[in-house]
This record gives sequence, structure tokens and C-alpha cells, in this order.
Amino acid sequence: MMNRILAKGYLWFLLALLYSPILIIMIFSFTEAKVLGNWTGFSLKLYSSLFSGGMHHSLVSAIVNTFLIAFIAASVSTMLGSIAAIGIFNMRNPYSKSIINFTNNIPIMNPDIITGVSLFLLFVSFGISQGFTTVVLAHIAFCTPYVVLSVMPRLKKMNPNIYEAALDLGATPFQALRKVIFPEILPGMISGFILAFTLSIDDFAVTIFTIGNQGLETLSTFIYADARKGGLTPELRPLSTIIFVTVLVLLIIINKRAEKQKKE
Amino acid sequence: MQKSNYIIEVQNVSKHFGDKIALDNINLNVKKGEFVTILGPSGCGKTTLLRLIAGFQTTSEGQIKISGNEITQTPPHLRPVNTVFQKYALFPHLNVFDNIAFGLKLKKTPEPVIEKKVKSALKMVGMTDYEYRDVDSLSGGQQQRVAIARAIVNEPEVLLLDEPLAALDLKMRKDMQMELKEMHQKLGITFVYVTHDQEEALTLSDTIVVMSEGRIQQIGTPMDIYNEPINSFVADFIGESNILNGTMVKDEKVAFAGHEFDCVDKGFGENVPVDVVIRPEDIYIFDPQDAAQLNGVVTSCIFKGVHFEMLVQTDQGYELMVQDYHSFEAGRRVGLLVKPFDIHVMKKERTCNTFEGEMIDANHVEFLGEKFECLPQDGIESGDKVNVEVDFKNVILQDNEEDGVLSGDVNFILYKGNHYHLTVGTDYGEDIYVDTNDVWDNGDCVGITISPEHIRINKL
Repeated sequence: MMNRILAKGYLWFLLALLYSPILIIMIFSFTEAKVLGNWTGFSLKLYSSLFSGGMHHSLVSAIVNTFLIAFIAASVSTMLGSIAAIGIFNMRNPYSKSIINFTNNIPIMNPDIITGVSLFLLFVSFGISQGFTTVVLAHIAFCTPYVVLSVMPRLKKMNPNIYEAALDLGATPFQALRKVIFPEILPGMISGFILAFTLSIDDFAVTIFTIGNQGLETLSTFIYADARKGGLTPELRPLSTIIFVTVLVLLIIINKRAEKQKKE
Repeated sequence: MQKSNYIIEVQNVSKHFGDKIALDNINLNVKKGEFVTILGPSGCGKTTLLRLIAGFQTTSEGQIKISGNEITQTPPHLRPVNTVFQKYALFPHLNVFDNIAFGLKLKKTPEPVIEKKVKSALKMVGMTDYEYRDVDSLSGGQQQRVAIARAIVNEPEVLLLDEPLAALDLKMRKDMQMELKEMHQKLGITFVYVTHDQEEALTLSDTIVVMSEGRIQQIGTPMDIYNEPINSFVADFIGESNILNGTMVKDEKVAFAGHEFDCVDKGFGENVPVDVVIRPEDIYIFDPQDAAQLNGVVTSCIFKGVHFEMLVQTDQGYELMVQDYHSFEAGRRVGLLVKPFDIHVMKKERTCNTFEGEMIDANHVEFLGEKFECLPQDGIESGDKVNVEVDFKNVILQDNEEDGVLSGDVNFILYKGNHYHLTVGTDYGEDIYVDTNDVWDNGDCVGITISPEHIRINKL
């Protein structure tokens, strides 16, 4: 009995430790004080000023950029990753298949900072001017392997004959892909998309190296710059809260989907 | 151009996967409306042959025609055939109706026609009112019915079935067999059916094609295949049988199991070694009396439902399987009799192992990719190409692969009444045949040795 209470207590203590920073931000997003740590009474003013814009034009554009980049990168990498997964899955030679799988996992394990620096060097050496396009390309590059990983289990679970069955019933290879394979792997594609989207939103290391100096900002680079100028803009508190809740919701959706798939 | 009356013509078709030969020069003609079963043990190439006809794989050599049109390179979606897969392969995201309508929708069939055809296909397979069910909610048998409906709704010229009943339980399988046969008669389309279940093949087919190791062994009606198997493989694979070594003494006289029998076969020559097949139900068993051709003791008696299955050890040392409606309990002395027309005599494919080899030096000869010690040979020089013969009984198998000169896997075992005849696939690729009294299992890895005095060498 005592042991159980201790174990539970330890768990809650650990969770409190892990989540206290974000909890503090969330709590102080509901007050007006300029400095974090001063409680000047409950208020939603920071939320309304965040959305009324005006003063914080650069913050709003950073938010817009972030979500636009995330959306484009997640869409493209979902397409690329799904097609790649189908290709890898159908490779005949088990040796080259495992090599390709390993190659796919390297970018995932590679530290972001290395990915960022190498992409930066790549763009520079090809003389590509850095800006919106390079950030999108970089995000597609590091998101695609995750999509491959989330689509692959669906393919493995699929009855290997259904593609042939579609051909047999008169579908061209492309029709079979569209009408049979894509519906089958769609859950994996959606999970992959959500994963890519969240990864893209919170990326800093890769973004800072590929964003260039044309004044383009994403949320992460904006916050970084803002913090370096001394003191965080108070509106970042409600913003962080919103992003945290959004990501939390997305993660819950992913997990629920995974659970449902397991049950099937 | 002359139109042939065969719906499927498979001509000199071979298929290789890397070094492995899956199909070796297959020739097969199927008549319109026939129910053809391709029968063989797993790995014999039967599914590969079906997949070549369906177009999921392409031939390495040879050509395939359907209704006289060459379709060897035609992709599957343009072939006038439809397939029923072993694991159903229904589309899980579509309901029963949409699964069946899949092919019709691709052909842009008008909606009301689709509705009508799907309904009648469902009726054909006994699944009326299941249109809007989720396919995952159906039992295995129901799923297979939907898969059949999905194929026949397209009115193909040929329906290919790849072990469609293998995943079902026995009772369901029996019911479905009858339904398939009825369906075949009603639809009048050609069925090509792949199975490893010989009983299923005998029940369903107009024609059976028996395959083994990528080759067609025999093509015939179920009656032909059962009563007149062409070789010991077919005899062993189809039904229960006693297969014994015998000698054709002269026309209509064959000696085996230590007795000379009258038979109805002729034209083999005199004193020619043959294989003899006797079905267990063709042996008469009774209390010892003068009419008996063989005498022996019952060693086991098992009740099989309709009949009793007994093993009889004859006084000459042969074990025979006998089936009879009357039981003779173990330990009882019995007499056995076989009528002349129940004895089936088959030409032996080979009477000893023959290999091509090369003399290395006076005491060594190379064959099967290895060096074997042999007795000194007169008149044969080193480097000469030679023909090597080894009797079945002189090949020695060892448990430990390393103990042999070369190693191999046991891949076919035939009980011959008083010994086993094994086919061992050597790692070199060629088969070696072995007679032994030891019990081996299919798939056993063995070492192979041959003592020098048992290697006969002839100069080529």
C-alpha cells in the first residue's frame, strides 16, 4: 500500500516537474503584467491584443509564416513519403530494402543542428538565395522520413493480394493505387501529415540556418530574436499556451488513431 | 487464321526466379468450359503457373494464349480473366456491394445495370441481402463468396481460383466445393483451380493437371489419374496407395512382394524392373485359405468411419495397406488377394543414379560438383568425361551434413513396402535417389557418401 502511494507520488512529482514551465506560462497568460512572475489579477487582455494585431505586426506575420510553411511542408512530405513507402515496401531484394530503410532512419536520428548546417551549406554552394522556399524545402527534407515510418506499418498490414485483385478486375496500375492502395494507407498518411505538421511548427535549429536574412521570421526564430532583445513580449504567453494546447490536441488525435488501429 | 478450340494455351512456358526454376517447359491446353485443376504439393509451381495466366508475373520463356490471342506480355487489367485469391483479397474500405461493383464501375457500366448484376452475382453465391455489410464483419466463408461474386460479375472467359478454400474449415470447404461445381455448370465459363488437396481435385475437376517440381507429371480425368497414375509420384500423391518394386516377368505376368501375379499390362518386355501400384481398397483380405496369394499378419487396424484401414506384414517381409469394411484385429493371420486388373504397372523412371562426371586421377572421379574416391579404372585417363552410375541402395545418408562428401535435403519420400525410396536434392542442384531402411523426414538435411566399390564408371 505504502509502496503504491510512493510510486504514484513519484509519478506525479515527475509530471509536475516536467510540466511546471509550461504551466507557469499558461497561468501567467491570464494576467496583464509585463514581467513574467507578477500576478496583477485575471485578465484576457493578452489574448485579445494577440488577435487584434496592430502593435505586433511582426508576430502575426511570424505566426502566418509558421503555419503556412508547416502546411506546405507537411502536404508535400506526406505525398513524397507515402510514395516512397510504397516503393520501399515493394522492393524485391531484402538486402537493398534494409539499406534503404536504414538510410531513411538516418535523418531522424541525425541531430537537427547537423541537418540545419548541412542544408545551409547545400543552399549556399548551389547559390540558392535563402528565404521562404529554402525553409519549406528544408522542412520537407526532415519531415519525409517520418511520413515513411508512419505509412509503412499500414502497408505491412495490408493483404498483399489486394493490389493484384484491383488489376485483375480491370484497374490500371494508377487506378489500383488510387482506388485501393491509397484508401488502405490513408490512416497512416494522416498520422504522418499531423506528425510532419507539428515537427515543422516547432522546428528551430533547421529553420534558423535556412531562413536567410531577408526579414522572414517564423515563430521560433521570432521568439528567439525577441528573447535576445531582452524580455519576452507578453503576448508570447497566450501564444505559447495556444500552441501547446493545439499540439496536445493533435498528439491525442494521433494516439487515439494508433490505438484504434491496434484494436483492428 | 485458324482459330484453335482451346481457350487457354500454355506453350513451352518456363519461369525462373534467379537461379531457381519455378516452371520448366510447361505445355497445357484448356478447353472452353472445362473445370481444370492444377494439383501439386506446395512449392511445385502451381501458383506460379496461375499467376502467369493472370498476368501478375511474366514468363521467362514461352507464350500463353487466351481464346487464340497471344497475351504473354499483356498486363493483368487487359486480360479476359478474373482471379479468386486464397486470402480473399477483398477491399477492406469498401462494403460488399462496392467490392463486387469494383470491376463494373471501372468499365463505366451504367448504374442500374451494375445494381442488377451485383444483385444476381450475390444471389449466385447465396449472399442476397448482404450488399451493405462491411466486409470485415463477414466470416471466412462469406468473404470467399463475395470474392467469387466479385470475379464472376465481370463475366470473364476464364475464372482462376488460387486455393480458394484452403483457409476454410472442413465442413465449410465441403459445402463450398459442391457450390463451386454447381456454379461452374450454371455459368459455363472455364475454371482453372489450383489446390494441393487431392480429394478436392478429384471431386471437382473435369481434368486434373498433376505438377511436381515445376513440371507437369500427368494430365488426365480424375478417373485416369486415380486408376492409371503415370509414375510413383502421382500414385503416391493421389489417394492412398501401395507402391512396390516389381519385375515384369513377361506380358500379363508381374512379380512383386515375393509372388508372381497375373495382371493385364503388357508391352514392357521380359524381366524388366517396374513400379507396381495397388490401391488399398483393391486388396481382398480374408482368413488364411488356399486362394490367398500372400499371407501375413495384421499389425494395426484403425477404424476410419466407412472402412477399416489395416497394415499387413506379409511373410515375405512387405508391409501393405489394406482397406476393407470388415475388421481384422492386429495379430491375426490373414490371406491377401489382388485381382489382375487392380494391379497397375508403371515403367520405372530410372533404375539407378546416373551422373555425368570427369576422372580426376586414377582413384578419384568428380561428379555432383564434388570429388569422390573410386576404384582404379582400366582404360580411363585423367580428364576423361565419364558416366557414373550408383545403385539406389548404395548411397549412404548421414545425420551430420559435414560427414558426407556433399550435403542435401530430403525432398520426397516414398514407402515401397519394405524400404523407403528417397529423393534428395543435393546442394549441387541435381537430385540423387536413395533406397534405405532408415526413417528420414521430409526436409532433413543429410550428408551423402558413396563407398568407392559402389561407383561404376563408364567412359563416354
